[in-house]
Amino acid sequence: MSDHLSVPARDTAFRREIRRAARVMVEARWPIFAVIFLLAASIAAVFGPLFAPLDPNRQNLVLRLAEPMAAGPDGSVFLLGSDALGRDVFSRLLSGARVSLLVGIAAITVGGTIGIVAGLLSGYFGGWVDDLIMRVGDIQLAFPFILLAIMFLVVLGAGVWNLVLVLGVGQWVTYARIVRADTLSLREKEFVEAARALGDSTLSIIFRTILPNILAPLTVIASFNVASVILSEAALSFLGLGVPPSVPTWGSMLAESRDTLIANKWWLAVFPGVAIMLTVLSFNILGDWLRDFLDPRLRERT
Amino acid sequence: MGSYILRRLLQSIVVVIGVTLVTFLALQAGGDPTYLFVSERASQEEIETTRRALGFDRPLHVQYASFVGDLARGNFGQSLSYRQPAMDIVLEALPATIELTIFSMVIALLLAIPLGVLAAINRGTAWDGSITTFAMLGQSIPNFWLGIMMILFFGLYLRWFPISGHVPFIAPMMAGDFGTAISNLPRTILHLILPGIAVGTYSLARNTRLIRSSLLEVMEQDYVRTARSKGLPEMRVLIHHALRNAWLPVVTIIGLEFGFLLGGVVVVETVFSYPGIGRLLFAAINQRDIPLVQAGVILLAGIFILLNLVVDLVYLRLDPRMKLMEGRG
Repeated sequence: MSDHLSVPARDTAFRREIRRAARVMVEARWPIFAVIFLLAASIAAVFGPLFAPLDPNRQNLVLRLAEPMAAGPDGSVFLLGSDALGRDVFSRLLSGARVSLLVGIAAITVGGTIGIVAGLLSGYFGGWVDDLIMRVGDIQLAFPFILLAIMFLVVLGAGVWNLVLVLGVGQWVTYARIVRADTLSLREKEFVEAARALGDSTLSIIFRTILPNILAPLTVIASFNVASVILSEAALSFLGLGVPPSVPTWGSMLAESRDTLIANKWWLAVFPGVAIMLTVLSFNILGDWLRDFLDPRLRERT
Repeated sequence: MGSYILRRLLQSIVVVIGVTLVTFLALQAGGDPTYLFVSERASQEEIETTRRALGFDRPLHVQYASFVGDLARGNFGQSLSYRQPAMDIVLEALPATIELTIFSMVIALLLAIPLGVLAAINRGTAWDGSITTFAMLGQSIPNFWLGIMMILFFGLYLRWFPISGHVPFIAPMMAGDFGTAISNLPRTILHLILPGIAVGTYSLARNTRLIRSSLLEVMEQDYVRTARSKGLPEMRVLIHHALRNAWLPVVTIIGLEFGFLLGGVVVVETVFSYPGIGRLLFAAINQRDIPLVQAGVILLAGIFILLNLVVDLVYLRLDPRMKLMEGRG
């Protein structure tokens, strides 16, 4: 019953929206490169081990610190050189893509889910529920995030899921605030009134009537958020607080590169950083494009 | 106005309590915290003794009460690796961190205003294009990697700047030794340039975008058009009318900015072997010196909360509209 109420005039315009999305993307040019790069990075993340010329953890003490394009073992080539333990930098970069993207997207899923539910409850019920949730959010934001992450990771220990949890919980407030504001304004709209008059349960109103109508702007936030989470993940891995040392990540590769910096082994420091930067840049560009597409009026604001 | 200040003060106190709670809970998050304080080869007996000595056998709320009590008395625990009061060690590293934070703040603000204005008044030109591209890149570069790249290029290849270390300025100043402080200053700044750029670039990029977009918006307002139609020179309209309001959004986020900068400082100090709280925290993390990590985090969070409070109160004076919003939180 409530289905046709919950999605006001969406489906009819769907095809037109898709075409508009493509047009905005073509006009802006950069988003295409961002999408292509992210697709390539995702393929590397999922199928990386299939492409990797060598085992990312295979040490080769004879061929240590080989320059890019130098000959590797068994007729292979160290495309981007080898590190201080003779491991192939290119293969390690491919493995690192998996950690960065997985942690980035999983953390957003965790933070987004908590934030959306908190924001819906806060906006719909108001009163003390609202006060409680928003004050907890204030306290969290008053705490520089990286310090919070350091505190918890030191105690919880390194690990992909601890990292996801800490980075995810670090993000919920942003979502909660936006969802709350949107819910507040939708709560009084006619189609929500209608659902209420039809006797829908509160849960159904919140999750089936309101939620679908506030998701679009969140994709913009999510895109920028993945970018900043990947930056934080890299920084924490760099500090040795990320995943266990057996898993190569871009941040930990950079941490290891410091030992050979003075000896000018530049390829160990350059490539992982370029990988992080291009990934983060792509998500930022994608976020800009999504914002322009969803609301052209916002174009000039931040 | 008075009630706003009072409410803002109360809010800060709640946040400080929140910080102590989080710091306390973090210690408990991994299960029995006793194991963080004993070696891996410790016998069951040793573990039991340590647990009792540190009070981890008591109920949680009792532990929290005594934790807060200790903090209130200025007792932040003994550092496990230094065998000294943790806060003393952190305070010793504080001046170096303040120097770096202020320096990167200066970069992030002073450069952002001309860059943002330049982009806005030349909207759609090559100037605008290169500044916004630079800003986009600046928000995507990991600060510690930027530091490493600058060490490679400006430090090791061109040899223009030192790649590590620190020359104290605030510390001799505080000790009353102004002669040393002044004679140190040029070298202090020389050592701050690379780490300062590494920390400040992200904020610089964001502020540049913020000033550009906010100026573009303000330039279309009626009062700016009025100023122009009065025949005022464009430069005067820009500085006396438009910029006055355009930089308000930047002031709002200055407080949050410090949080970002502090986060950056923690990581970048490690890259440049810069002897501040960040490098200290890094060493403490690796040695699992929990009391030292706690003391460092509490001090930085405390400074951050205080600065945010000050910024909000200053903002109250800058934006007269705030006086009208008394009733709102």
